[in-house]
Amino acid sequence: MPALEQQSDVLQQFARGELGAFESLFRQYQGEVYRWVVRIVRDPAAAEDLTVETFWRIFRAHARFDPKRNFGGWARRIATNVALDHLKSARLSVPLEEDPPAGAVQDPAIQQSLRQCTERAFSMLPAKLQSVVTLALIEERSYQEIADALGISVGAVKVRVFRAVRMMRKQLKQMGVEP
Amino acid sequence: MNDKSDERIRELLKQALPPVRYELQRDLWPQMLERLQTRAAAVPWFDWALVALLAIWLVASPAIIPLLLYQL
Repeated sequence: MPALEQQSDVLQQFARGELGAFESLFRQYQGEVYRWVVRIVRDPAAAEDLTVETFWRIFRAHARFDPKRNFGGWARRIATNVALDHLKSARLSVPLEEDPPAGAVQDPAIQQSLRQCTERAFSMLPAKLQSVVTLALIEERSYQEIADALGISVGAVKVRVFRAVRMMRKQLKQMGVEP
Repeated sequence: MNDKSDERIRELLKQALPPVRYELQRDLWPQMLERLQTRAAAVPWFDWALVALLAIWLVASPAIIPLLLYQL
């Protein structure tokens, strides 16, 4: 049986609520969903729980799923909502212990202070702006991809990025940082 | 994002919060299955409401209890 036909069967079985089909989709998409969620929440441990929460919501919504639709896109949109809910409840992103990218080397103390101010300004953004900033400016995902994941228009994504940058600039100025 | 200030904010963000490149390290299916089983075992709220109604009914009309016991 061709792969596409087989996938279509799995999607139809999933829509009927068959656990085997759900397991098959889970195994196929868990990595993709996890990578998307971890980009938004920036916390690998929380991202695992949120991946499970995403699939739990997916399973509950099986009857509403149209097998002709793209499962990956649908899963990504649900994952984005789950990640946003997490950001709203946490209101604090845990910085990952990664080396900053190589760039212009400045005084380490100034650099550290700048990083802290930027992190603070970022953490003060509302969750929906945080997620857009993360995806658009840090992860450099396309506006179209972000719009699809959030279920909004490309124009709305641009407006959110603009608002977020304006808010961050204002916060940084209040902290004495002139961006 | 077309003026220098916006570009600077993007730079600052990337320095403070570098892009994350994490891959899933383990299969989450056992966790998912556990979640499904826990939720499946949970008693729906409607069942609890029926039990509560029955309890209220029995308290309000205790005379019905022997009749119910006889039926059982």
